[in-house]
Amino acid sequence: MTTRRDIILGAGSAALVLTAGAAGATPQEAAAAIQAFIGGKPAAKGNISIDLPEIAENGNTVPLAITVDSPMTADDHVTEVLVVAEANPLPRLAIFHLGPMAGRAEVATRIRLAATENVTVVAKTSKGAVIMAQKPVKVTIGGCGG
Amino acid sequence: MVEKPRIKLPPEAKKGEVIEIKTLIAHDMETGLRKDKDGKPIPRKIINKFTCDFNGKPVFSADLEPGIAANPYLAFTVRVEESGTFRFAWFDDDGTVTTADGAIKVT
Repeated sequence: MTTRRDIILGAGSAALVLTAGAAGATPQEAAAAIQAFIGGKPAAKGNISIDLPEIAENGNTVPLAITVDSPMTADDHVTEVLVVAEANPLPRLAIFHLGPMAGRAEVATRIRLAATENVTVVAKTSKGAVIMAQKPVKVTIGGCGG
Repeated sequence: MVEKPRIKLPPEAKKGEVIEIKTLIAHDMETGLRKDKDGKPIPRKIINKFTCDFNGKPVFSADLEPGIAANPYLAFTVRVEESGTFRFAWFDDDGTVTTADGAIKVT
C-alpha cells in the first residue's frame, strides 16, 4: 500500500538524486561528446535554428525543434545532427541520422534538462562541413536524470 | 502490454512533396540515474534507437539517450516520390523491438 508518507519520501529522494546527478556533469564532458561526434573537424557557427522555450518550467519534458539550413539534395545534405545539454548528467541527448530523402533538415523531439543550461546542436553535412549553434534555456524545475 | 505507438502521417501526398511525420511511443525512458525509495538504483531502460524506412530504404533514424523525455516524441520530414509503406521501429534496452507501419498514396 502506498501511503502519503511514501509519496512524500519518494519525491524527496528523487530530488536528492537529481542534485547528485546534475553535479556529475561538466562542460568538459559536453565538449568531449561534441569532439567525439565531429572528430576534430573545425565547427563553424552555422545556420541552425533551435526552437526551445526561453524558460522551461518543467525540465522533464522540454520541446525542442531543430531546423538546419540545407538544400537537402543528393550531393549537399545534412547527414547527422547531435544534441548536447552541457549541464545534464549525460550531456549527449541524441544523434539524428538524415539523408536527402528527408527533403528538409527538420527534427523535433522533447528533451530533459537538469538545470538552466545551454543546448548545443551540431550538424554534419555530406560535403564534410560541421556547423554548430547554441541556445540557453532557463529551467525552473530540473528534469531528473539526463 | 505495450501500448501501440502513435503515428501521424498524411494518407496522401503529391509526388515530390515534403511531408511531416510525427511519432510517439509510451515509454518511461528510465534514465538509470534515479534511485527508488530504498536508495537502490533503478536500472536504465530506455528506447535507445528509432528507425524509419520507406519501401525498405532507410529515411531517418535516431540514437536516443536518457536525456530524451519519457514517451519519446519524434517529428521529421520525408520527401515522397512514390506510394509505399513506412516502417517505424523502436528499440528498447531490453531487446524488445516495437514496429508499426503506415501507408501513403502518392499521386
